[in-house]
Amino acid sequence: MNRIKKKLKGPGKILSIYFTAGYPALNDTVRIIEELEKNGVDLIEIGLPFSDPLADGPTIQASSTAALKNGMHTELLFEQLKDIRKTVSIPLIIMGYFNPVFQYGVEAFCKRCQDIGIDGLILPDLPLDVYMKDYDTIFKKYGLVNVFLITPQTSDARIKEIDQASDGFIYMVSSASTTGATSGFGAKQKNYFDRISALKLNNPQIVGFGITNSETFQQATQSTSGAIIGSAFIKHLTKNGLDSISDFIKTIR
Amino acid sequence: MSYNADKKGYYGEFGGAFIPEMLYPNTEELRQNYLRIMDEPSFKKEFDQLLKDYVGRPTPLYFAERLSKKYNTKIYLKREDLCHTGAHKVNNTIGQILMAKKLGKHRIIAETGAGQHGVATATVCALMGIECVVYMGEIDIARQAPNVARMKMLGAEVRPALSGSKTLKDATNEAIRDWINNPVDTHYIIGSVVGPHPYPDMVARFQSVISEEIKWQLREKEGVENPDYVVACVGGGSNAAGAYYHYLDVPEVKIIAVEAAGKGVHSGESAATSALGQMGIIHGSKTLLMQTQDGQITEPYSISAGLDYPGVGPMHAHLFTSGRAEFISITDDEAMNAGLMLTKLEGIIPAIESSHAFAILDHKKFEPNDLIVINLSGRGDKDLDTYIDYFNL
Repeated sequence: MNRIKKKLKGPGKILSIYFTAGYPALNDTVRIIEELEKNGVDLIEIGLPFSDPLADGPTIQASSTAALKNGMHTELLFEQLKDIRKTVSIPLIIMGYFNPVFQYGVEAFCKRCQDIGIDGLILPDLPLDVYMKDYDTIFKKYGLVNVFLITPQTSDARIKEIDQASDGFIYMVSSASTTGATSGFGAKQKNYFDRISALKLNNPQIVGFGITNSETFQQATQSTSGAIIGSAFIKHLTKNGLDSISDFIKTIR
Repeated sequence: MSYNADKKGYYGEFGGAFIPEMLYPNTEELRQNYLRIMDEPSFKKEFDQLLKDYVGRPTPLYFAERLSKKYNTKIYLKREDLCHTGAHKVNNTIGQILMAKKLGKHRIIAETGAGQHGVATATVCALMGIECVVYMGEIDIARQAPNVARMKMLGAEVRPALSGSKTLKDATNEAIRDWINNPVDTHYIIGSVVGPHPYPDMVARFQSVISEEIKWQLREKEGVENPDYVVACVGGGSNAAGAYYHYLDVPEVKIIAVEAAGKGVHSGESAATSALGQMGIIHGSKTLLMQTQDGQITEPYSISAGLDYPGVGPMHAHLFTSGRAEFISITDDEAMNAGLMLTKLEGIIPAIESSHAFAILDHKKFEPNDLIVINLSGRGDKDLDTYIDYFNL
């Protein structure tokens, strides 16, 4: 069974961490993954940097720009990850934008992911209809879970459609925003979390965007299966470096 | 085969809506309503009225006698440079501000490179009394001070795009991010035939008034609706889309698209997307774009800020790959000299974007009986500093 699905069947709430590959330094990728697993994180999203990250706020934009400047590119990331399954067993997802995957060749990209032991992909600008028409069979062939996003503006009908197309978890964007933009959750988010919970979807939901600390992690996971932290982790890395990854995780749970 | 968008917004294999889910409700609302709204008699009436009384349409179709003589052929200029605010851009912003009102939006955002689309957007927002935020690359703000001042006079807030290369593509990213953060009350007025469906089709329809007028004006002057050639410069491609629109499916009309070669197509400083681009995704559209092998979008270069875009609208990508249009690249030097030539022969100082279109007259041999329409998309007032520097005036 795919490592993501297996993890989701387990007890407890999922803590997922996003980081940008090639940042802070070009060759930090493997060490960050190992540190995150060692500190009890449940799932890791490895960001493949892109020149024009539309859905990201200033923190992830800056880390992507720096990573590209450091020399990160698709083939190099695969190179860095080629022996990763010798040291970690945590579920791994590559998150990025569609264009670099498209240029690599979608099937070639998926095959490399399978060879390495990547479990899924999150490509926010690969829309549902195009995915279903052109790429669903390829993802499945290589055992990759494709994760779709929903937002507070997504209609119930579309959420159900996305649930049908999903086979892992649904990435629940906490508010109408780019990454790293919100501070704290209010009644609006609670209503949204409740609304989604009432839909009784087939796939578990993991909340992302706006989770920065233990409090927001608790709020986000009350009615969901887990939460994703990206910008806050990158800010911490920028300030404190790789040695303090355990300090950061301890502040969350 | 049609060269227009199909129902899903594809031009052949180009187009579509490659957008994150956060943008789905916004673009979907627009997609479901734009054709219906554009078809409403009250919308049409207001749009036509404003184009006539406010923009100054129809713009003349002018027979350029001295230019024709020099090249021993028959050349007409479509005078979009005479539009209010100095270029064709306002045709689209008038249409979109009316669209935004019909959709009940209270806030407008836009991106701008040189500032022409920003000014055209700020203008219609002033006209309608609607809040306006224009994103502009930090570098462009520094080099286009008069247009920044115009937008401010018109009541718009100009926000610097500080990310990436700090130019047009980054201003577009910032506008899209703003739309993600303000999904309910805000309409995004894109300035060209780029972006996710339905933008390329909607903007092309608003600009199609250009070729609609060319048809009847040519009939009046020459007794025929169809020229042999229609010529326009292409950055994102909105003036070209408007000039080609009613001729797309008329094969006897030859289409010429003129791109900016900058310092030379293979100089590393160019914006000739058809020559240098690969298929990919930029700003929500599958099209040809300039990028690294790794799929990172690269920074184009042209002396003309309006052609300085790393992609091209999906309509034009399709016109290029299908062979329907002939694409010609013109260098900075060729464009500047063509601009000066037009000024001296016809007393018209063109925008440097439009100058590129005139430079093809030295590249391509036309017959004495050929009927050529060149879309003069904008006037050169905004480019005076560049002309002064270039020619040491």
